[in-house]
Amino acid sequence: MLQRTIRRLAIAFLCLVAGGAKSFELTEIAPGVFAHQGVTALMSRDNLGGIANLGAIVGAEAVAVIDTGGSRAEGEAFLAALQQRTTKPIRYVIDTHVHPDHIFGNIAFRDTGAVFVGHKNLARAMAARGPHYLSSFREAMGALLDDVILVPPTLTVERETILDLGGRKITLKAWRTAHSDSDLTVLDSQSGTLFTGDLLFLQHVPIVDGSLLGFLSVIEELRKIEAVRVVPGHGPAVAPWPQALEAQKAYLDHLTRDLRADIAKGETLARAVTTAGRGEKPNWLLFEDYHTRNATAGFAELEWEAP
Amino acid sequence: MVAALCLSAGAALAQEQKIDPWPGLVTDIFHDRPIASHEGVVALEAPKRAEDAAIVPMTISLLAPGLRAATLVIDENPMPMAAAFSFGEGAGVTKIETRVRVNSYTNVHVVSQTGDGALHSVVKFVKASGGCSAPAIKDQDEASANLGKMKYRELPSENPALREAQIMIRHPNNSGLQMDPLTRAYIPAHYVDKVEVRQGDALIFSMEGGISLSEDPSFRFAYKPNGAKVMRVEARDNQGNVFKGEWPIGGAS
Repeated sequence: MLQRTIRRLAIAFLCLVAGGAKSFELTEIAPGVFAHQGVTALMSRDNLGGIANLGAIVGAEAVAVIDTGGSRAEGEAFLAALQQRTTKPIRYVIDTHVHPDHIFGNIAFRDTGAVFVGHKNLARAMAARGPHYLSSFREAMGALLDDVILVPPTLTVERETILDLGGRKITLKAWRTAHSDSDLTVLDSQSGTLFTGDLLFLQHVPIVDGSLLGFLSVIEELRKIEAVRVVPGHGPAVAPWPQALEAQKAYLDHLTRDLRADIAKGETLARAVTTAGRGEKPNWLLFEDYHTRNATAGFAELEWEAP
Repeated sequence: MVAALCLSAGAALAQEQKIDPWPGLVTDIFHDRPIASHEGVVALEAPKRAEDAAIVPMTISLLAPGLRAATLVIDENPMPMAAAFSFGEGAGVTKIETRVRVNSYTNVHVVSQTGDGALHSVVKFVKASGGCSAPAIKDQDEASANLGKMKYRELPSENPALREAQIMIRHPNNSGLQMDPLTRAYIPAHYVDKVEVRQGDALIFSMEGGISLSEDPSFRFAYKPNGAKVMRVEARDNQGNVFKGEWPIGGAS
Protein backbone atom coordinates (compact mmCIF):
# COMPACT_ATOMS: atom_id res chain seq x y z
CA MET A 1 0.00 0.00 0.00
CA LEU A 2 2.72 2.40 1.10
CA GLN A 3 4.81 1.35 -1.86
CA ARG A 4 1.93 2.06 -4.17
CA THR A 5 1.42 5.49 -2.63
CA ILE A 6 5.07 6.32 -3.09
CA ARG A 7 4.93 5.16 -6.68
CA ARG A 8 1.90 7.32 -7.34
CA LEU A 9 3.55 10.33 -5.77
CA ALA A 10 6.64 9.79 -7.87
CA ILE A 11 4.55 9.56 -11.01
CA ALA A 12 2.59 12.64 -10.02
CA PHE A 13 5.85 14.53 -9.56
CA LEU A 14 7.20 13.38 -12.92
CA CYS A 15 3.98 14.38 -14.63
CA LEU A 16 4.06 17.78 -13.00
CA VAL A 17 7.64 18.39 -14.05
CA ALA A 18 6.85 17.31 -17.59
CA GLY A 19 3.80 19.57 -17.71
CA GLY A 20 5.41 22.44 -15.88
CA ALA A 21 8.17 22.57 -18.46
CA LYS A 22 5.68 23.85 -20.99
CA SER A 23 4.93 27.50 -20.45
CA PHE A 24 1.35 28.59 -19.91
CA GLU A 25 0.47 31.22 -22.49
CA LEU A 26 -1.77 34.04 -21.41
CA THR A 27 -2.54 36.70 -24.00
CA GLU A 28 -3.93 40.18 -23.37
CA ILE A 29 -6.70 40.29 -25.99
CA ALA A 30 -8.07 43.70 -24.89
CA PRO A 31 -6.88 46.09 -22.18
CA GLY A 32 -7.12 44.17 -18.91
CA VAL A 33 -8.68 41.11 -20.56
CA PHE A 34 -6.63 37.92 -20.78
CA ALA A 35 -7.25 34.64 -22.53
CA HIS A 36 -5.50 31.30 -22.68
CA GLN A 37 -6.10 28.93 -25.57
CA GLY A 38 -6.50 25.27 -24.70
CA VAL A 39 -5.30 22.58 -27.09
CA THR A 40 -7.98 21.00 -29.26
CA ALA A 41 -7.64 17.46 -28.00
CA LEU A 42 -9.05 15.06 -25.43
CA MET A 43 -7.91 15.55 -21.84
CA SER A 44 -4.75 13.58 -21.13
CA ARG A 45 -1.69 13.39 -18.91
CA ASP A 46 0.36 15.01 -21.64
CA ASN A 47 -1.80 18.14 -21.88
CA LEU A 48 -2.59 18.29 -18.14
CA GLY A 49 -6.26 18.39 -19.11
CA GLY A 50 -5.55 21.79 -20.64
CA ILE A 51 -8.05 21.67 -23.47
CA ALA A 52 -10.45 24.52 -22.60
CA ASN A 53 -9.97 28.23 -23.14
CA LEU A 54 -9.54 30.15 -19.88
CA GLY A 55 -9.66 33.85 -19.12
CA ALA A 56 -9.31 36.67 -16.66
CA ILE A 57 -10.59 40.24 -16.40
CA VAL A 58 -8.65 42.81 -14.38
CA GLY A 59 -10.43 45.80 -12.84
CA ALA A 60 -8.99 48.72 -10.87
CA GLU A 61 -9.20 46.76 -7.62
CA ALA A 62 -9.57 43.10 -8.36
CA VAL A 63 -9.48 40.23 -10.82
CA ALA A 64 -12.12 37.75 -12.01
CA VAL A 65 -10.91 34.41 -13.32
CA ILE A 66 -13.08 32.60 -15.87
CA ASP A 67 -12.64 28.82 -15.71
CA THR A 68 -9.64 27.18 -14.10
CA GLY A 69 -8.57 24.34 -16.37
CA GLY A 70 -8.58 20.56 -16.42
CA SER A 71 -6.32 19.72 -13.48
CA ARG A 72 -4.80 21.24 -10.38
CA ALA A 73 -1.52 21.43 -12.32
CA GLU A 74 -3.14 23.49 -15.07
CA GLY A 75 -4.90 25.69 -12.52
CA GLU A 76 -1.60 26.36 -10.80
CA ALA A 77 0.11 27.22 -14.07
CA PHE A 78 -2.74 29.61 -14.86
CA LEU A 79 -2.53 31.25 -11.44
CA ALA A 80 1.25 31.68 -11.76
CA ALA A 81 0.93 33.19 -15.26
CA LEU A 82 -1.79 35.55 -14.08
CA GLN A 83 0.30 36.72 -11.14
CA GLN A 84 3.01 37.67 -13.62
CA ARG A 85 0.53 40.08 -15.21
CA THR A 86 -1.17 41.59 -12.20
CA THR A 87 -0.66 41.83 -8.46
CA LYS A 88 -4.32 42.64 -7.79
CA PRO A 89 -6.23 40.12 -5.72
CA ILE A 90 -8.42 37.50 -7.37
CA ARG A 91 -11.87 38.31 -6.05
CA TYR A 92 -13.94 35.91 -8.14
CA VAL A 93 -13.41 32.52 -9.75
CA ILE A 94 -16.23 31.99 -12.24
CA ASP A 95 -17.06 28.51 -13.57
CA THR A 96 -18.86 28.62 -16.91
CA HIS A 97 -20.30 25.11 -16.38
CA VAL A 98 -19.72 21.73 -14.77
CA HIS A 99 -17.38 19.99 -17.21
CA PRO A 100 -14.03 18.74 -15.91
CA ASP A 101 -11.84 20.62 -18.40
CA HIS A 102 -13.25 23.87 -16.99
CA ILE A 103 -13.47 23.16 -13.25
CA PHE A 104 -10.82 20.62 -12.22
CA GLY A 105 -8.40 23.54 -11.75
CA ASN A 106 -10.64 25.21 -9.12
CA ILE A 107 -8.65 23.60 -6.34
CA ALA A 108 -5.56 25.62 -7.34
CA PHE A 109 -7.47 28.83 -6.55
CA ARG A 110 -9.03 27.74 -3.27
CA ASP A 111 -6.47 29.54 -1.13
CA THR A 112 -6.57 32.82 -3.03
CA GLY A 113 -9.56 34.01 -0.99
CA ALA A 114 -11.66 34.28 -4.13
CA VAL A 115 -15.42 33.73 -4.11
CA PHE A 116 -16.41 30.86 -6.39
CA VAL A 117 -19.27 31.76 -8.72
CA GLY A 118 -21.51 29.58 -10.88
CA HIS A 119 -24.93 28.92 -12.37
CA LYS A 120 -27.68 28.12 -9.84
CA ASN A 121 -27.49 24.48 -11.00
CA LEU A 122 -23.72 24.18 -10.77
CA ALA A 123 -23.38 22.80 -7.23
CA ARG A 124 -26.08 20.21 -7.92
CA ALA A 125 -24.44 19.23 -11.20
CA MET A 126 -21.05 18.92 -9.48
CA ALA A 127 -22.57 16.67 -6.82
CA ALA A 128 -24.37 14.53 -9.37
CA ARG A 129 -21.48 14.17 -11.78
CA GLY A 130 -18.31 14.86 -9.81
CA PRO A 131 -17.61 11.35 -8.53
CA HIS A 132 -18.20 9.93 -12.00
CA TYR A 133 -15.85 12.49 -13.58
CA LEU A 134 -13.12 11.71 -11.08
CA SER A 135 -13.34 7.99 -11.77
CA SER A 136 -13.95 8.09 -15.52
CA PHE A 137 -11.04 10.45 -16.24
CA ARG A 138 -8.65 8.34 -14.16
CA GLU A 139 -7.60 6.33 -17.18
CA ALA A 140 -6.71 9.38 -19.27
CA MET A 141 -5.34 11.57 -16.49
CA GLY A 142 -3.95 9.10 -13.93
CA ALA A 143 -2.20 10.61 -10.93
CA LEU A 144 -3.05 14.13 -12.08
CA LEU A 145 -6.48 13.55 -10.54
CA ASP A 146 -5.12 12.58 -7.12
CA ASP A 147 -5.25 16.14 -5.89
CA VAL A 148 -8.34 17.35 -7.68
CA ILE A 149 -11.14 18.28 -5.29
CA LEU A 150 -14.25 19.86 -6.74
CA VAL A 151 -14.90 23.31 -5.29
CA PRO A 152 -18.57 24.27 -5.57
CA PRO A 153 -19.73 27.88 -5.95
CA THR A 154 -20.73 29.93 -2.92
CA LEU A 155 -22.18 32.72 -5.07
CA THR A 156 -24.76 31.51 -7.57
CA VAL A 157 -26.37 33.21 -10.51
CA GLU A 158 -30.12 32.75 -10.84
CA ARG A 159 -30.55 34.86 -14.00
CA GLU A 160 -28.14 37.75 -14.16
CA THR A 161 -25.57 39.07 -11.69
CA ILE A 162 -23.25 42.05 -12.00
CA LEU A 163 -19.87 41.87 -10.32
CA ASP A 164 -17.71 44.92 -9.67
CA LEU A 165 -13.95 44.60 -10.09
CA GLY A 166 -13.42 48.29 -9.26
CA GLY A 167 -14.37 50.68 -12.06
CA ARG A 168 -15.16 47.65 -14.19
CA LYS A 169 -18.45 45.80 -13.98
CA ILE A 170 -18.94 42.41 -15.57
CA THR A 171 -22.30 40.80 -16.29
CA LEU A 172 -22.86 37.13 -15.57
CA LYS A 173 -25.84 35.45 -17.18
CA ALA A 174 -27.25 32.01 -16.41
CA TRP A 175 -28.84 30.17 -19.34
CA ARG A 176 -31.49 27.52 -19.80
CA THR A 177 -30.24 24.01 -20.49
CA ALA A 178 -28.20 24.14 -23.69
CA HIS A 179 -24.63 22.80 -23.85
CA SER A 180 -25.15 21.67 -20.25
CA ASP A 181 -27.64 22.50 -17.49
CA SER A 182 -25.23 24.93 -15.81
CA ASP A 183 -24.09 27.28 -18.60
CA LEU A 184 -23.00 30.78 -17.61
CA THR A 185 -21.60 33.62 -19.76
CA VAL A 186 -19.47 36.57 -18.71
CA LEU A 187 -19.61 39.91 -20.50
CA ASP A 188 -17.09 42.69 -20.03
CA SER A 189 -18.93 45.66 -21.54
CA GLN A 190 -15.93 47.96 -21.10
CA SER A 191 -13.92 46.09 -23.72
CA GLY A 192 -16.82 44.42 -25.54
CA THR A 193 -15.54 40.94 -24.71
CA LEU A 194 -17.88 38.00 -24.16
CA PHE A 195 -16.76 34.75 -22.53
CA THR A 196 -19.22 32.04 -23.57
CA GLY A 197 -17.76 28.94 -21.98
CA ASP A 198 -18.95 25.98 -24.02
CA LEU A 199 -22.00 27.79 -25.37
CA LEU A 200 -19.62 28.36 -28.26
CA PHE A 201 -17.28 25.90 -29.91
CA LEU A 202 -14.95 26.79 -32.77
CA GLN A 203 -13.06 24.09 -34.70
CA HIS A 204 -13.68 21.59 -31.84
CA VAL A 205 -16.99 19.87 -32.67
CA PRO A 206 -19.78 21.23 -30.43
CA ILE A 207 -20.90 18.98 -27.58
CA VAL A 208 -24.52 18.65 -26.58
CA ASP A 209 -24.66 17.48 -22.99
CA GLY A 210 -27.85 19.37 -22.18
CA SER A 211 -30.42 19.95 -24.90
CA LEU A 212 -30.08 20.22 -28.66
CA LEU A 213 -33.15 22.45 -28.97
CA GLY A 214 -32.06 24.47 -25.93
CA PHE A 215 -28.64 25.00 -27.50
CA LEU A 216 -30.20 26.26 -30.73
CA SER A 217 -32.51 28.66 -28.93
CA VAL A 218 -29.70 29.97 -26.71
CA ILE A 219 -27.63 30.73 -29.83
CA GLU A 220 -30.38 33.08 -30.97
CA GLU A 221 -30.38 34.79 -27.57
CA LEU A 222 -26.59 35.02 -27.48
CA ARG A 223 -26.62 36.71 -30.86
CA LYS A 224 -28.33 39.74 -29.29
CA ILE A 225 -25.49 40.36 -26.85
CA GLU A 226 -23.53 43.47 -27.76
CA ALA A 227 -19.86 42.59 -27.97
CA VAL A 228 -17.06 42.86 -30.49
CA ARG A 229 -15.14 39.74 -29.64
CA VAL A 230 -15.72 36.39 -28.02
CA VAL A 231 -13.60 33.93 -26.09
CA PRO A 232 -15.21 30.56 -26.93
CA GLY A 233 -14.93 27.51 -24.70
CA HIS A 234 -12.78 25.72 -27.30
CA GLY A 235 -10.88 26.69 -30.41
CA PRO A 236 -9.06 29.99 -31.05
CA ALA A 237 -8.75 32.09 -27.89
CA VAL A 238 -10.55 35.00 -29.50
CA ALA A 239 -12.89 35.46 -32.46
CA PRO A 240 -15.15 38.17 -33.92
CA TRP A 241 -18.67 38.43 -32.53
CA PRO A 242 -21.35 37.43 -33.44
CA GLN A 243 -20.07 35.86 -36.71
CA ALA A 244 -18.33 33.18 -34.63
CA LEU A 245 -21.74 31.62 -33.89
CA GLU A 246 -22.49 30.62 -37.48
CA ALA A 247 -20.51 27.38 -37.88
CA GLN A 248 -21.86 25.96 -34.65
CA LYS A 249 -25.41 26.90 -35.56
CA ALA A 250 -25.02 25.19 -38.93
CA TYR A 251 -23.81 22.02 -37.21
CA LEU A 252 -26.67 21.90 -34.72
CA ASP A 253 -29.24 22.73 -37.41
CA HIS A 254 -27.92 20.00 -39.68
CA LEU A 255 -28.00 17.41 -36.91
CA THR A 256 -31.51 18.42 -35.83
CA ARG A 257 -32.83 18.29 -39.40
CA ASP A 258 -31.42 14.82 -40.01
CA LEU A 259 -32.62 13.42 -36.69
CA ARG A 260 -36.14 14.77 -37.20
CA ALA A 261 -36.29 13.15 -40.65
CA ASP A 262 -35.08 9.81 -39.22
CA ILE A 263 -37.57 9.91 -36.36
CA ALA A 264 -40.42 10.73 -38.75
CA LYS A 265 -39.47 7.68 -40.84
CA GLY A 266 -39.53 5.44 -37.75
CA GLU A 267 -35.79 4.82 -37.85
CA THR A 268 -34.28 3.24 -34.72
CA LEU A 269 -31.92 5.18 -32.49
CA ALA A 270 -29.14 2.67 -33.10
CA ARG A 271 -29.28 3.21 -36.87
CA ALA A 272 -30.06 6.92 -36.97
CA VAL A 273 -27.01 7.87 -34.94
CA THR A 274 -24.71 6.31 -37.50
CA THR A 275 -25.86 8.68 -40.27
CA ALA A 276 -27.45 11.85 -38.85
CA GLY A 277 -25.38 15.00 -39.29
CA ARG A 278 -22.33 13.13 -40.57
CA GLY A 279 -22.03 15.51 -43.51
CA GLU A 280 -20.61 18.00 -40.99
CA LYS A 281 -17.52 15.88 -40.45
CA PRO A 282 -15.11 17.87 -42.67
CA ASN A 283 -15.90 21.05 -40.73
CA TRP A 284 -14.79 19.92 -37.28
CA LEU A 285 -11.99 18.48 -35.21
CA LEU A 286 -12.63 15.59 -32.77
CA PHE A 287 -15.76 14.76 -34.77
CA GLU A 288 -15.51 11.02 -34.19
CA ASP A 289 -15.03 11.54 -30.46
CA TYR A 290 -18.28 13.38 -29.86
CA HIS A 291 -20.58 13.46 -32.84
CA THR A 292 -22.32 10.13 -32.39
CA ARG A 293 -22.93 10.97 -28.78
CA ASN A 294 -24.54 14.25 -29.77
CA ALA A 295 -26.73 12.36 -32.20
CA THR A 296 -27.70 9.83 -29.53
CA ALA A 297 -28.71 12.45 -26.99
CA GLY A 298 -30.41 14.50 -29.70
CA PHE A 299 -32.44 11.54 -30.93
CA ALA A 300 -33.73 10.79 -27.41
CA GLU A 301 -34.69 14.44 -27.02
CA LEU A 302 -36.32 15.01 -30.42
CA GLU A 303 -38.27 11.78 -30.26
CA TRP A 304 -40.57 13.44 -27.72
CA GLU A 305 -41.62 16.13 -30.17
CA ALA A 306 -42.57 13.66 -32.93
CA PRO A 307 -46.29 13.05 -33.58
CA MET B 1 9.27 8.51 -21.24
CA VAL B 2 7.25 10.23 -18.60
CA ALA B 3 4.10 9.61 -20.58
CA ALA B 4 4.95 5.92 -20.86
CA LEU B 5 5.46 5.67 -17.10
CA CYS B 6 2.14 7.32 -16.44
CA LEU B 7 0.39 5.07 -18.93
CA SER B 8 1.76 1.84 -17.51
CA ALA B 9 0.85 2.89 -13.99
CA GLY B 10 -2.70 3.55 -15.15
CA ALA B 11 -2.92 0.14 -16.78
CA ALA B 12 -1.61 -1.57 -13.64
CA LEU B 13 -4.20 0.17 -11.49
CA ALA B 14 -6.96 -0.87 -13.86
CA GLN B 15 -5.85 -4.51 -13.82
CA GLU B 16 -5.66 -4.78 -10.04
CA GLN B 17 -9.40 -4.25 -9.69
CA LYS B 18 -10.54 -6.64 -12.44
CA ILE B 19 -12.79 -9.40 -11.14
CA ASP B 20 -15.46 -10.94 -13.38
CA PRO B 21 -18.82 -10.35 -11.67
CA TRP B 22 -20.73 -12.80 -13.89
CA PRO B 23 -20.40 -15.97 -11.77
CA GLY B 24 -21.78 -14.06 -8.79
CA LEU B 25 -24.62 -12.70 -10.89
CA VAL B 26 -25.52 -16.22 -12.06
CA THR B 27 -25.88 -17.11 -8.39
CA ASP B 28 -27.83 -14.00 -7.39
CA ILE B 29 -30.15 -13.57 -10.37
CA PHE B 30 -30.45 -17.09 -11.76
CA HIS B 31 -29.91 -19.16 -8.60
CA ASP B 32 -27.01 -21.05 -10.15
CA ARG B 33 -29.18 -22.70 -12.77
CA PRO B 34 -27.19 -23.94 -15.75
CA ILE B 35 -27.08 -21.47 -18.64
CA ALA B 36 -26.41 -22.72 -22.16
CA SER B 37 -24.93 -20.47 -24.82
CA HIS B 38 -26.37 -21.90 -28.05
CA GLU B 39 -26.67 -19.61 -30.99
CA GLY B 40 -30.09 -19.13 -32.45
CA VAL B 41 -32.20 -18.87 -29.28
CA VAL B 42 -31.75 -15.23 -28.40
CA ALA B 43 -29.58 -12.44 -29.84
CA LEU B 44 -28.38 -9.13 -28.50
CA GLU B 45 -27.52 -6.08 -30.57
CA ALA B 46 -25.40 -3.61 -28.57
CA PRO B 47 -22.97 -0.91 -29.68
CA LYS B 48 -19.28 -1.79 -29.28
CA ARG B 49 -18.78 1.64 -27.79
CA ALA B 50 -21.35 3.44 -25.66
CA GLU B 51 -21.28 6.84 -27.32
CA ASP B 52 -23.58 8.42 -24.78
CA ALA B 53 -23.12 6.27 -21.69
CA ALA B 54 -26.51 7.45 -20.41
CA ILE B 55 -28.40 6.27 -23.51
CA VAL B 56 -27.09 2.97 -24.84
CA PRO B 57 -29.50 1.17 -27.15
CA MET B 58 -29.90 -2.59 -26.59
CA THR B 59 -31.98 -4.76 -28.88
CA ILE B 60 -33.00 -8.25 -27.85
CA SER B 61 -34.16 -10.56 -30.63
CA LEU B 62 -36.13 -13.64 -29.64
CA LEU B 63 -35.15 -16.13 -32.30
CA ALA B 64 -36.57 -19.39 -30.98
CA PRO B 65 -40.38 -19.65 -30.96
CA GLY B 66 -42.28 -19.50 -27.69
CA LEU B 67 -39.69 -17.71 -25.55
CA ARG B 68 -41.49 -16.30 -22.54
CA ALA B 69 -38.74 -14.39 -20.72
CA ALA B 70 -35.53 -12.49 -21.33
CA THR B 71 -33.33 -10.78 -18.74
CA LEU B 72 -30.85 -8.03 -19.62
CA VAL B 73 -27.84 -7.83 -17.30
CA ILE B 74 -25.14 -5.11 -17.38
CA ASP B 75 -22.47 -6.97 -15.47
CA GLU B 76 -20.38 -4.07 -14.15
CA ASN B 77 -23.22 -1.69 -13.29
CA PRO B 78 -24.07 -0.94 -9.63
CA MET B 79 -27.46 -2.60 -10.19
CA PRO B 80 -26.66 -5.15 -12.90
CA MET B 81 -30.14 -6.50 -13.57
CA ALA B 82 -31.32 -3.82 -15.99
CA ALA B 83 -34.60 -5.33 -17.13
CA ALA B 84 -36.36 -8.68 -16.80
CA PHE B 85 -38.96 -9.05 -19.53
CA SER B 86 -41.84 -11.57 -19.49
CA PHE B 87 -43.80 -12.00 -22.69
CA GLY B 88 -47.51 -12.72 -22.87
CA GLU B 89 -48.63 -16.08 -24.24
CA GLY B 90 -49.41 -15.68 -27.91
CA ALA B 91 -48.10 -12.09 -27.92
CA GLY B 92 -45.56 -13.16 -30.51
CA VAL B 93 -42.88 -10.74 -29.38
CA THR B 94 -39.87 -11.18 -31.64
CA LYS B 95 -37.84 -8.12 -30.71
CA ILE B 96 -37.59 -5.59 -27.93
CA GLU B 97 -35.33 -2.56 -27.85
CA THR B 98 -34.60 -0.50 -24.77
CA ARG B 99 -31.90 1.93 -23.59
CA VAL B 100 -29.61 1.57 -20.64
CA ARG B 101 -26.88 3.33 -18.73
CA VAL B 102 -23.43 1.81 -18.90
CA ASN B 103 -21.10 2.76 -16.07
CA SER B 104 -17.81 1.38 -17.37
CA TYR B 105 -16.36 -1.23 -19.71
CA THR B 106 -18.65 -4.19 -19.24
CA ASN B 107 -20.08 -7.41 -20.52
CA VAL B 108 -23.80 -7.28 -21.21
CA HIS B 109 -25.73 -10.56 -20.99
CA VAL B 110 -29.17 -11.54 -22.15
CA VAL B 111 -30.54 -14.70 -20.61
CA SER B 112 -33.67 -16.19 -22.10
CA GLN B 113 -35.82 -19.07 -20.99
CA THR B 114 -37.18 -21.62 -23.45
CA GLY B 115 -40.49 -23.48 -23.05
CA ASP B 116 -38.79 -26.40 -21.27
CA GLY B 117 -37.37 -24.03 -18.63
CA ALA B 118 -33.80 -24.11 -19.90
CA LEU B 119 -31.77 -20.89 -19.84
CA HIS B 120 -29.77 -19.64 -22.81
CA SER B 121 -27.50 -16.62 -22.89
CA VAL B 122 -25.59 -14.38 -25.24
CA VAL B 123 -22.99 -11.82 -24.25
CA LYS B 124 -21.61 -8.61 -25.78
CA PHE B 125 -18.78 -6.42 -24.55
CA VAL B 126 -19.51 -2.68 -24.43
CA LYS B 127 -16.96 0.07 -23.91
CA ALA B 128 -18.32 3.15 -22.18
CA SER B 129 -16.58 6.15 -23.71
CA GLY B 130 -14.86 8.77 -21.56
CA GLY B 131 -15.14 12.47 -22.30
CA CYS B 132 -17.68 14.40 -20.30
CA SER B 133 -20.39 11.79 -20.70
CA ALA B 134 -21.56 10.99 -17.22
CA PRO B 135 -24.44 8.58 -16.91
CA ALA B 136 -26.36 11.45 -15.36
CA ILE B 137 -29.52 13.34 -16.10
CA LYS B 138 -29.03 16.07 -18.66
CA ASP B 139 -31.64 18.48 -17.29
CA GLN B 140 -32.66 17.65 -13.75
CA ASP B 141 -35.46 20.22 -13.48
CA GLU B 142 -37.16 19.06 -16.65
CA ALA B 143 -36.86 15.44 -15.60
CA SER B 144 -38.78 16.13 -12.39
CA ALA B 145 -41.36 18.39 -14.03
CA ASN B 146 -42.42 15.80 -16.61
CA LEU B 147 -42.52 12.75 -14.35
CA GLY B 148 -44.76 10.02 -15.67
CA LYS B 149 -45.74 11.51 -19.02
CA MET B 150 -46.01 8.83 -21.66
CA LYS B 151 -45.91 8.59 -25.39
CA TYR B 152 -46.99 5.84 -27.77
CA ARG B 153 -45.76 5.51 -31.34
CA GLU B 154 -46.58 3.05 -34.10
CA LEU B 155 -43.72 2.27 -36.42
CA PRO B 156 -43.31 0.53 -39.75
CA SER B 157 -42.96 -3.21 -39.32
CA GLU B 158 -40.60 -5.32 -41.43
CA ASN B 159 -42.88 -8.32 -41.05
CA PRO B 160 -46.48 -7.81 -42.31
CA ALA B 161 -47.83 -10.33 -39.77
CA LEU B 162 -46.39 -8.27 -36.90
CA ARG B 163 -46.79 -4.70 -35.67
CA GLU B 164 -44.12 -2.52 -34.23
CA ALA B 165 -44.67 0.07 -31.52
CA GLN B 166 -42.81 2.14 -28.96
CA ILE B 167 -43.71 3.16 -25.43
CA MET B 168 -41.81 6.08 -23.84
CA ILE B 169 -42.10 7.14 -20.21
CA ARG B 170 -40.77 10.40 -18.76
CA HIS B 171 -38.88 9.48 -15.61
CA PRO B 172 -35.49 10.55 -14.22
CA ASN B 173 -34.69 7.00 -13.09
CA ASN B 174 -32.48 8.42 -10.33
CA SER B 175 -29.79 6.01 -9.29
CA GLY B 176 -29.66 6.67 -5.55
CA LEU B 177 -25.89 6.92 -5.94
CA GLN B 178 -25.77 10.72 -5.96
CA MET B 179 -25.08 12.71 -2.82
CA ASP B 180 -26.81 15.97 -1.98
CA PRO B 181 -23.96 18.47 -1.50
CA LEU B 182 -25.70 20.32 1.34
CA THR B 183 -27.12 17.52 3.45
CA ARG B 184 -24.42 14.96 2.54
CA ALA B 185 -27.27 12.47 2.30
CA TYR B 186 -27.84 10.30 -0.72
CA ILE B 187 -30.64 11.47 -2.99
CA PRO B 188 -33.17 8.63 -2.78
CA ALA B 189 -33.27 6.21 -5.68
CA HIS B 190 -36.30 6.88 -7.86
CA TYR B 191 -36.83 4.63 -10.81
CA VAL B 192 -39.39 2.78 -12.89
CA ASP B 193 -39.47 -0.73 -11.52
CA LYS B 194 -42.42 -2.28 -13.37
CA VAL B 195 -44.07 -1.77 -16.73
CA GLU B 196 -46.95 -3.74 -18.26
CA VAL B 197 -47.99 -3.31 -21.87
CA ARG B 198 -51.23 -4.84 -23.15
CA GLN B 199 -53.19 -4.94 -26.40
CA GLY B 200 -56.73 -4.87 -25.07
CA ASP B 201 -56.51 -7.08 -22.00
CA ALA B 202 -53.84 -9.39 -23.36
CA LEU B 203 -50.32 -8.93 -22.06
CA ILE B 204 -47.66 -8.16 -24.66
CA PHE B 205 -44.88 -7.89 -22.15
CA SER B 206 -44.13 -6.91 -18.60
CA MET B 207 -40.80 -5.63 -17.36
CA GLU B 208 -39.17 -5.41 -13.97
CA GLY B 209 -36.22 -3.10 -13.96
CA GLY B 210 -34.02 -0.72 -12.10
CA ILE B 211 -31.57 2.15 -12.27
CA SER B 212 -29.65 0.72 -15.21
CA LEU B 213 -32.50 1.71 -17.51
CA SER B 214 -31.94 5.14 -19.05
CA GLU B 215 -33.68 8.27 -17.96
CA ASP B 216 -37.03 8.39 -19.82
CA PRO B 217 -37.30 4.62 -20.33
CA SER B 218 -38.21 3.56 -23.86
CA PHE B 219 -39.40 0.21 -25.18
CA ARG B 220 -39.77 -0.52 -28.86
CA PHE B 221 -41.17 -3.92 -29.69
CA ALA B 222 -42.56 -6.11 -32.44
CA TYR B 223 -45.67 -8.14 -31.58
CA LYS B 224 -48.49 -10.14 -33.12
CA PRO B 225 -51.76 -8.14 -33.24
CA ASN B 226 -54.85 -9.82 -31.75
CA GLY B 227 -57.42 -7.37 -33.14
CA ALA B 228 -57.62 -5.32 -29.95
CA LYS B 229 -58.34 -1.64 -30.46
CA VAL B 230 -56.34 -0.15 -27.59
CA MET B 231 -52.80 -0.27 -26.29
CA ARG B 232 -52.71 -0.03 -22.49
CA VAL B 233 -49.66 0.73 -20.40
CA GLU B 234 -49.24 0.73 -16.66
CA ALA B 235 -45.92 1.71 -15.16
CA ARG B 236 -44.91 1.88 -11.51
CA ASP B 237 -41.90 3.35 -9.79
CA ASN B 238 -40.18 2.37 -6.58
CA GLN B 239 -41.78 5.27 -4.71
CA GLY B 240 -45.27 3.92 -5.33
CA ASN B 241 -46.27 6.19 -8.21
CA VAL B 242 -48.47 4.58 -10.86
CA PHE B 243 -48.59 5.96 -14.39
CA LYS B 244 -51.20 4.83 -16.90
CA GLY B 245 -51.60 5.43 -20.61
CA GLU B 246 -54.09 4.23 -23.20
CA TRP B 247 -54.04 4.82 -26.95
CA PRO B 248 -56.07 3.60 -29.93
CA ILE B 249 -54.18 1.12 -32.07
CA GLY B 250 -54.03 2.62 -35.53
CA GLY B 251 -55.82 0.69 -38.26
CA ALA B 252 -56.91 -1.98 -35.78
CA SER B 253 -59.62 -4.22 -37.18
